[in-house]
Amino acid sequence: MAEWIQWLAEPFSYEFMLRGLWASLIVGVVCPILGTYVVLRGMAFLGDALAHIILPGVVLAFMLEWPLPVGALLVGTTAALAIGAIGRRADIKEDAAIGVVFAGAFALGVAMISVQRSYAVDLAHILFGNLLGVSNADIRLMLALGVVVLLAIFAFYKEFLVLSFDPVLAATLRLPVTFLQNLLLVLLAIVIVISLQAVGVALVLAMLVTPASAAFLLARRLPVMMVLSAGIGVLSSVAGLYLSYYADIVSGSAIVLVATVIFGIVFLFAPRSGALWGFWRRIHNRK
Amino acid sequence: MTQLITRFPSHDKEAPALSMENIHLDYNGNTVLQDVNVSIQTGELIAVVGPNGAGKTTLLKIVAGVLKPDRGKVDIFGYTPGGHVCIAYVPQRSQVDWNFPVTVAEVVMMGRIRKIGPFRWPGKNDWVFIRQALRKVGMTEYSDRQIGELSGGQQQRVFLAQALAQEAEIILLDEPFTGLDISSQDAILAMLHELKETGVAILVSTHDLSLANEHFDKVILINRRLISFGTPTEVFIRPHLIEAYGGHVHDLPEAGGTLVLAETCCGEDPEGKRG
Repeated sequence: MAEWIQWLAEPFSYEFMLRGLWASLIVGVVCPILGTYVVLRGMAFLGDALAHIILPGVVLAFMLEWPLPVGALLVGTTAALAIGAIGRRADIKEDAAIGVVFAGAFALGVAMISVQRSYAVDLAHILFGNLLGVSNADIRLMLALGVVVLLAIFAFYKEFLVLSFDPVLAATLRLPVTFLQNLLLVLLAIVIVISLQAVGVALVLAMLVTPASAAFLLARRLPVMMVLSAGIGVLSSVAGLYLSYYADIVSGSAIVLVATVIFGIVFLFAPRSGALWGFWRRIHNRK
Repeated sequence: MTQLITRFPSHDKEAPALSMENIHLDYNGNTVLQDVNVSIQTGELIAVVGPNGAGKTTLLKIVAGVLKPDRGKVDIFGYTPGGHVCIAYVPQRSQVDWNFPVTVAEVVMMGRIRKIGPFRWPGKNDWVFIRQALRKVGMTEYSDRQIGELSGGQQQRVFLAQALAQEAEIILLDEPFTGLDISSQDAILAMLHELKETGVAILVSTHDLSLANEHFDKVILINRRLISFGTPTEVFIRPHLIEAYGGHVHDLPEAGGTLVLAETCCGEDPEGKRG
């Protein structure tokens, strides 16, 4: 018994692990809750693109010695609004437009880093996160931004619900559709910035999409889906940190791996929609 | 942000519920609709018919104010559709994501969002209204079901309840009868007749000509332009139908007199995919 507790407590006897835990809990709650809209509205590619587009912003902030989130937020918000504008107007298909902006911005970011001397170390941190290097100031900023995002989701709950479920209804109710779409994109940019240190540019998408997708298979109402999604996010964060500590795996990827396993279990065993039940029913019906 | 504060136009009680003058809409360089002139009063039940791709969905979306015509004038109770929240558009069932995690009651609640107002949650009064709407369409006992668990007719009724909760004065239904069995069709028709008695103007797109003939006050026959608008007996005459359906009109002499049968079948309206 004591050994068990010892096993659980040991990682968090280190200050940096404890800070990492707080950071990953914030990400584990905020990211999957906004992720429900990413999943329901089919914005996964957009979310991934936005995460990569932020790279030059982070590098710029690094070069100018600003706090990294400021640069990321600036570039992320600008890019989010630009993509929104392109998507509504241009003759190019939206996903192609996103692809152009996404790849171009990411290349720019990598080019900017390669000019720097400390290229290797920093790129790895930005790409895959540096959860154990999180400072107390970082956590305070993450918490503040996270609260802003959750408040916005709460305040615009019914509007976002209609926008996601039935865009034509949103239009006939004369809701401010463009404003709401942009708001959602800006929230997405903020959430990506929050997640940057925890899981990095390359894996933010997983925290947005994986817990929410598992929750989608389990829930029949949006609020339930949000709570389940956050629950899976928190579980992944905590279990991921233990995995990271005891198996000596990079923390960001450990968290994402746990989330993926949880999704896999839900996908197979979900009560109504689970793949195994479907398989079982097919075999059963054949007899 | 200015969009958040919409000033609703008031209604001119003298004006028709809906009037369209010389409506013209192009899409990707092709003319989708032209020369549409109709005027509809409160309490009228109107069928919008025409072959696949005739522009039925487009017409309804123009009335809803979701699509803007390139030329021409749309007036709802004397004002442009822009600021009205009195128009309900019920989408084709194929356009709805039935796996979306919402319950029946929540879908009906969505119709009231504008009445509830921003930064507020539905209050007691709103829920009374929502329950009433559900009762009127006979869906009270299903209010906590996820929408994917319903039959086609029930799904249609939920959206009708949403329009009721919206307190809509013009209700547009896109192909509500497609894929429904006769008894569900009749149930929906009965509700529409009840609704029109309360002064609601209703436009229904359908490809079922005999349904349009038997149950509707007036018919709008279109095929990329207005072919005829009037009572079913005025609209459903041979020249009009040949104009609308071309080679798909057949004569069946044995039905006692000449029966004109226009084949407009099947499945979903391809134009509904857009939008």
